[in-house]
Amino acid sequence: MRTSTRRSHGPVAFAAVAALTTGLLAGCANDSDDGSPDATGGGGGKGRITLTVGTFGVFGYQQAGLYDEYMKLHPDIAIKENVTTRTDVYWPKVLTRLQAGSGTDDIQAIEVGNITEAVQTQAAKFVDLGKEADKSQWLDWKLAQATTKDGKTIGLGTDIGPMAVCYRKDLFRKAGLETDRTKLAEQWKGDWAKYVDLGKQYMKKAPKGTKFMDSAASVYNAAVGGASERYYDKDGNVVWDKSEGVKKAWDVAMTAATSDMSAKLKQFDPTWDQGFANGTFATIACPAWMIGYIEQKSGDSGKGKWDVAAAPTAANWGGSFLGVPTASRHQKEAIALAKWLTAPEQQAKVFAKQASFPSTPSAYPSLKPQADTTAYFSDAPLTQIFSDSAKTIPAQYLGPKDKPIDSAIADVGILQVEQKGKTPAQGWEAAAKEIKDVLGQ
Amino acid sequence: MTSSHEALAHPASSAEAAPGNQPGAARGAHGRGTPPKGTASWRSRLYRWDMKASPYVLIAPFFVVFGAFSLVPLLYTAWYSLHHVQLSALDHQTWAGLGNYTNLLSSEFFWNALQNTFSIGVISTVPQLLAALWLAHLLNYRLRGSTAWRVVMLTPYATSVAAATLVFTLLYSWDGGMINWLLHFVGVDPVNWRESDWGSQFAVSSIVIWRWTGYNALIYLAAMQAIPSDLYESAALDGAGRRQQFRHVTVPMLRPTILFTVIVSTIGATQLFGEPLLFGGVSGSKGGSEHQYQTLGLYMYDQGWIIGNLGKASAIAWSMFLILVIVAVVNMLLSRRLRKSP
Repeated sequence: MRTSTRRSHGPVAFAAVAALTTGLLAGCANDSDDGSPDATGGGGGKGRITLTVGTFGVFGYQQAGLYDEYMKLHPDIAIKENVTTRTDVYWPKVLTRLQAGSGTDDIQAIEVGNITEAVQTQAAKFVDLGKEADKSQWLDWKLAQATTKDGKTIGLGTDIGPMAVCYRKDLFRKAGLETDRTKLAEQWKGDWAKYVDLGKQYMKKAPKGTKFMDSAASVYNAAVGGASERYYDKDGNVVWDKSEGVKKAWDVAMTAATSDMSAKLKQFDPTWDQGFANGTFATIACPAWMIGYIEQKSGDSGKGKWDVAAAPTAANWGGSFLGVPTASRHQKEAIALAKWLTAPEQQAKVFAKQASFPSTPSAYPSLKPQADTTAYFSDAPLTQIFSDSAKTIPAQYLGPKDKPIDSAIADVGILQVEQKGKTPAQGWEAAAKEIKDVLGQ
Repeated sequence: MTSSHEALAHPASSAEAAPGNQPGAARGAHGRGTPPKGTASWRSRLYRWDMKASPYVLIAPFFVVFGAFSLVPLLYTAWYSLHHVQLSALDHQTWAGLGNYTNLLSSEFFWNALQNTFSIGVISTVPQLLAALWLAHLLNYRLRGSTAWRVVMLTPYATSVAAATLVFTLLYSWDGGMINWLLHFVGVDPVNWRESDWGSQFAVSSIVIWRWTGYNALIYLAAMQAIPSDLYESAALDGAGRRQQFRHVTVPMLRPTILFTVIVSTIGATQLFGEPLLFGGVSGSKGGSEHQYQTLGLYMYDQGWIIGNLGKASAIAWSMFLILVIVAVVNMLLSRRLRKSP
């Protein structure tokens, strides 16, 4: 009895193994499927092409209805967005897939912190979009960031992060400070150190339980975002420890960290979100994309209390690009979609939805934030403040290890001083050691 | 073992085990009993081959999967660890010899990570196993609703690391976290759990303890229930109280199980990754601004995927592997000695 059942298992086992292994192999090969119409595509006949768009965070294309609009314009195209929330998870994945030549999406988003690495090491894996699109649409420095030395443009600019300062009018009033946005901008014009000086004044009469800013790293990012040279020089040499821009931004951050004006929060932590809701800080360095974040996290309690003033210096913080990998099976269609998504009209639509600021100046005159958002920020002229900043942002020299170097300064150096009570000299030394490790020296 | 034994015993047992009601088997038995030469020998060879090969076929899926997803990556990692490789240029490898390893030995970040792994490992594993043993002992008594208790014990284990860590991160948050709020009632100043040296390690360990204690308790409980009750009876006759029974009967009988949980927990502690990563929040792979809770797993991830030095990350991975081998050998020697001493 036992053996007879066993015997019959032989062929079954064979079949099982065969099925398993072929299943596995098929699973490997079929990573980026195409062809069949897709859930987001909403039906459609055969021969319909599915384009995949790989993004991180919230790009807002889905939210602004751009995919639906494009699919309506092109009935033969279905679009599927593959979102990874965090860039530090997204980018390593993209790097390995690009090099393997398979598994990439038809359009792959690239964050500004990674764009130089992509330009310097992955240019061969991307289609030259400079030949396809009208390059004059973009801000020069934005285009230059995605262009190789021999003139190949691997990504089209999406948004940028022109800088402003968002502040709580109600808290400023209680602390006896100026509340008018133009006069405030006048007070700190030209130097973030002046903004920090105002912080000292704020802390003298600070409403109970509030600090002047959210974190020292925030003002560091804002200040360093206005320097042409930060971690790399024009020729690609690492110069972070000699760079004037880094030194100045560091000093400003150190003044902030050591004079008890920061709420000592870590940006994008849950406690930081709570800080918005509870109103524990009065100002925050505010790139355009932060507008939507503040509105969402501060909620109703912050409505009409926030205001926006021009930043001390023009600076850029964040922003992205869209590239088309050569491994895409529908290059022609993907290029067309990337061009369409990054065109000024579409960038304006994303701005209207979530205040991601366009990298194409021709869109600026037509920008209209949502009425709710304008009301939320005390009717501040958002478009004007951010476009003034955008037009004066200096070109920045970036390098392949920009992101880890930045993290070493902000998450090690500054955080040690701010939260562990180290001296600025100790913090600088710790950051230096970390960067040495990053560069493999 | 059983299967090859069965294969040898095949003709006889099938004849015995297939009385009339199994037509297929009976026909087979008949065929073998009166061998008409050609077909039967071919057939029996086929059967014998089937008997010999099918066990291997049955276990093959494991080895195929193991080979493809464990062995090949393991060897490939070894190859990488001897080269300078950047994540952004995987095909561009330059020979480094043992350069990555000597770099690690002289790197204070590596030693720091090793030390953290060890200290977090100790403060999470020891209390965890002691608590599990104690809980299992309690559950081993006749209790009302014992199944319910057991299920409750296993719930933390069934919770995802991410969910558990998220909740713990909020509990431990500096500003407005529940733990600091409770401490304030006993007059303790708020602790910056994430950035303090011992506080962060304590917090990470507490997540590990919370998640794994119930799991280990259930393993102990299963082993306890296998202990023959006459041992307890005779111990009771000798006048041993509950505590003495636990010390002199339960613990000695559990020795192999305890050893097993120690090994499994040690492996888990060496590879500790998810809890500290998520506890750190943004750029959690740094394990705090001073790397105060950066474990080896985090250091490897930071080097390989955040910074992009894949060669060095591979060297860290292999160092971890070697450390585990050493731990396993020590464990083996220990268990051998334990087995010798009654």
